[in-house]
Amino acid sequence: MARKTGKATARKGRTGSRTLVLVATRKGAWLYHGDASRKSWRADGPHFLGHNVSHLVLDPRDGKTLLAAAKTGHLGPTIFRSTDFGKSWKEAARPPAFAKAADGKEGRSVDHTFWLAPGRAQDRDVWYAGTSPQGLFRSTDGGVAWEPYSIINDDPQFREWMGTVQDGTPDGPKLHSIIVDPRDGRHLYIAMSGGGVHESTDSGRSWKTLIKGLDVVEGFGFDPAKPSFHDPHCMRLSPTNPDRLYQQNHCGIYRLDRPSDTWARVGKSMPKEIGDIGFPLVVHPRDPDTVWVFPMDGTQVWPRTSPGGKPAAYVTRNGGKTWQRLDAGLPRSQAWWTVKRQCMAADARDPVALYVGHGGGELWIGRDEGRRWSCIARHLPEIYAVETAELS
Amino acid sequence: MKVIIPSSLRSYTERGETEARGATLAALLVDLERQYPGIRFRMVDEQDRIRRHIRIFVNGEQARELAQPLAAKDEVIIVQALSGG
Repeated sequence: MARKTGKATARKGRTGSRTLVLVATRKGAWLYHGDASRKSWRADGPHFLGHNVSHLVLDPRDGKTLLAAAKTGHLGPTIFRSTDFGKSWKEAARPPAFAKAADGKEGRSVDHTFWLAPGRAQDRDVWYAGTSPQGLFRSTDGGVAWEPYSIINDDPQFREWMGTVQDGTPDGPKLHSIIVDPRDGRHLYIAMSGGGVHESTDSGRSWKTLIKGLDVVEGFGFDPAKPSFHDPHCMRLSPTNPDRLYQQNHCGIYRLDRPSDTWARVGKSMPKEIGDIGFPLVVHPRDPDTVWVFPMDGTQVWPRTSPGGKPAAYVTRNGGKTWQRLDAGLPRSQAWWTVKRQCMAADARDPVALYVGHGGGELWIGRDEGRRWSCIARHLPEIYAVETAELS
Repeated sequence: MKVIIPSSLRSYTERGETEARGATLAALLVDLERQYPGIRFRMVDEQDRIRRHIRIFVNGEQARELAQPLAAKDEVIIVQALSGG
């Protein structure tokens, strides 16, 4: 696969483009409409007040279709769809659901859809969904009807790697980071918490495990060749170099340059007192060497909070050789943020701005590629996911 | 027969009481789904299990199986379980 770089174009400051920030929370969803300079923001919400919204995504192909993965404490999971920026929502006719088990067999049921991923630009109306418990689903009609996809959901080997509810994140094991190669729609990557990273080149009919080079938790004799012992937190493909992947996982920050199948731990160059544990990871929309992370405390009992109570993003501009701290404007002390894997995003403007949401219900913008932070919104419910879209 | 709908499902029915038909609870839920698309999956999962926080009462008695027979004059009450404090 040939390396491609730098084809994406930036939208400069005040050209009429508007940034939309999509915020999914434990108690509903909000849309934040920015002005042309991204200085003032209009809140539109709550949508689905009281619903756990795991992910809210605008279809980049038509610029108007919104999908929301939602459930409530009492009711089963579903997908809502809007084509008018949330003025009206319609429920999916067939939300993601596992196949019915044969008589006498214990079947699985979807607790919530966790991750929504649109297909390639030319595959209009194709969407993928990752669920908890772990499953992969696909829609070919814009998110109206969903079907189990690929062999993953029922394959005995994958089921063993997925483990049980005890083997995943605190609110359930998740299939996430669904990536479609922009050059070939049959070429897919997925990540499983836990269960490792896997790649398919035949539309999910078969999969190859991609865990070489990844560490496992030390001291327990875990075999690094077993996918069950790997917990990728967030995996991203460079938008301008689809042969480059980055991953923030339970044991560090990694980079993979295809066709190699061996990950390199680029987080070792993070400051020792901060470490390279965290959840989200964002790749620059135009520079495959620039990546942001938001470290979390992974020591002792795994507090999953900003180290020392001092939140900061870290950026590398050379593919992970060196990292710089970005905390100007962020709280200097006693700020114990938890930033989940879907809670940091970049816009596509020039200069890029970052957006971070945390468990205490605040949404922040990191202007000028994260050099200057300020708060957009406070007093929201626990933030589950932050996405951006550019509206012309 | 009369079916009482909890507030969390009235986004489908737009009222607290409706009528549905069925010789069993399973058939009644199919009829509800026909009238209000999407409502069944919020109450019953893909393995035909009543969801954890949903309770269905027939003439005041809790129904635990979808195979439970129903008669035309039965009253069905769907509630969300008192959970979460």
